[in-house]
Amino acid sequence: MDRATVEAKMTDLLVDELGLDRGKITMGAKFEEDLEVDSLGVVELLMALEDTFGVSIPDEEAESIATVGQAVDVVMQKLKG
Amino acid sequence: MARRVVVTGLGTVNPIGKDVASFWEAARAGVSGVGRITAFDASALKVSIAAEVPDFDPEEYIERKEARRLDRYDQFFWAATHQALADAGISYEPDDPAALRAGVVVGSGIGGMISFQEGIDTMRQRGHDRVSPLAITQIISNMAAGLVSIRYHLYGPNTCTVTACAASANAIGDAAEIIKRGAADVMVAGGGEAPVCEFAVAGFSQARALSTRNDDPEHASRPFDAGRDGFVMGEGAATLILEEREHALGRGAKIYAELTGYGMSADGYHITLPRPGGGGAARAMQAALDDAGITAAAVDYINAHGTSTLANDSTETAAIKTVFGEHAYKVPVSSTKSMTGHLLGGAGALESLVCILAIRDGVIPPTINYETPDPECDLDYVPNVARTVPVKTAMTNSFGFGGHNVSLVFTAP
Repeated sequence: MDRATVEAKMTDLLVDELGLDRGKITMGAKFEEDLEVDSLGVVELLMALEDTFGVSIPDEEAESIATVGQAVDVVMQKLKG
Repeated sequence: MARRVVVTGLGTVNPIGKDVASFWEAARAGVSGVGRITAFDASALKVSIAAEVPDFDPEEYIERKEARRLDRYDQFFWAATHQALADAGISYEPDDPAALRAGVVVGSGIGGMISFQEGIDTMRQRGHDRVSPLAITQIISNMAAGLVSIRYHLYGPNTCTVTACAASANAIGDAAEIIKRGAADVMVAGGGEAPVCEFAVAGFSQARALSTRNDDPEHASRPFDAGRDGFVMGEGAATLILEEREHALGRGAKIYAELTGYGMSADGYHITLPRPGGGGAARAMQAALDDAGITAAAVDYINAHGTSTLANDSTETAAIKTVFGEHAYKVPVSSTKSMTGHLLGGAGALESLVCILAIRDGVIPPTINYETPDPECDLDYVPNVARTVPVKTAMTNSFGFGGHNVSLVFTAP
């Protein structure tokens, strides 16, 4: 899966699964400050990433995800295995 | 001087109306909200009918991002509360000192039952690590009170009553007590239920509480009729804005009615069946009259619990006769559950709203589907057609599994 595909899927997932406003989603957007995703929302996000991309993201790794772009990075890494 | 409590705002979302005006129009017209269950495929169940809220769109009231995190019960109560606050002309900014004197009591029989069922399904099918982080907040009954306090900046007393089908009647009575003792000036009080899911339908059905008139849904809820065979599950919510009388007068608020009486008792008899003879229910009604400082003869309308179960309707009739004596045969008694189905924890609030509107307009909504008299139910049930008659004082009854009996009395302002 190339990066553009992952980014597109990521955006859809944030809109469909977390109910976020598509217009606000950029790769630089911060989940907490810009998108108002709270701690429970982060857990939902991780579950949605795992379901959508078939990867497993432990909590320790999740802590490094602050922006949408960083979430894409983590997924890309996992997909490369 | 004793603090008095008045009603200054109303809101509701229920099977026959998604706001107060449309609900009241439908209730006066005798519209049934009962149909085949659409929430899930109920064809394999013994009971496949309910009174659902058609085409409810939570996003009319709640941002999409928030709405999807809430159980349907929370959405209903949020919507009803939004309407009621707007009706009362009350809104607080986050730093408003008056917000510290405004609270919430919500009542629900079971809380987020649909979410509970979905959460268990997910866990069994996909594993523990697929359970939603929101599963618990969606299930707990009190969350509706927390949610509206967050959204509408209500920082005073905030709590929840869970007394089955008496829950929101308790919420209203308890909220009034909070105002009377001086702990708040404004209380959002009401409740709701969203029980239409396989688990709850199966559970109530197994308890032999539900009507099985699946082929004739609109006639299934028939309180006091000889052919009644159980209640019809309903969903929705209703909210009242209660306010200390001087506070309401001071801001020039529209006053619908005064909440003058609150009575409670326990049957102390059985987990689902009412005490034969209705002694427990009668004590709650008498306690509410005593609290209001009136005699039974002053009551112009009784909105009955009237569930359409064999046991409730005859027992409630006996209880009314015990308390009202000869006046029992003169006072109109109707069950709006004949139209709305039984909102369980939300019923007391919705039926309080009916009493208040009956007082405002001098119209008593009917008991629909009343065809064949039952010798054990021989009062004036306002059969099938609304009645225009002045109503100064109205009582509503709510009785819950566990033997909880609650009566409220509302009086013209």
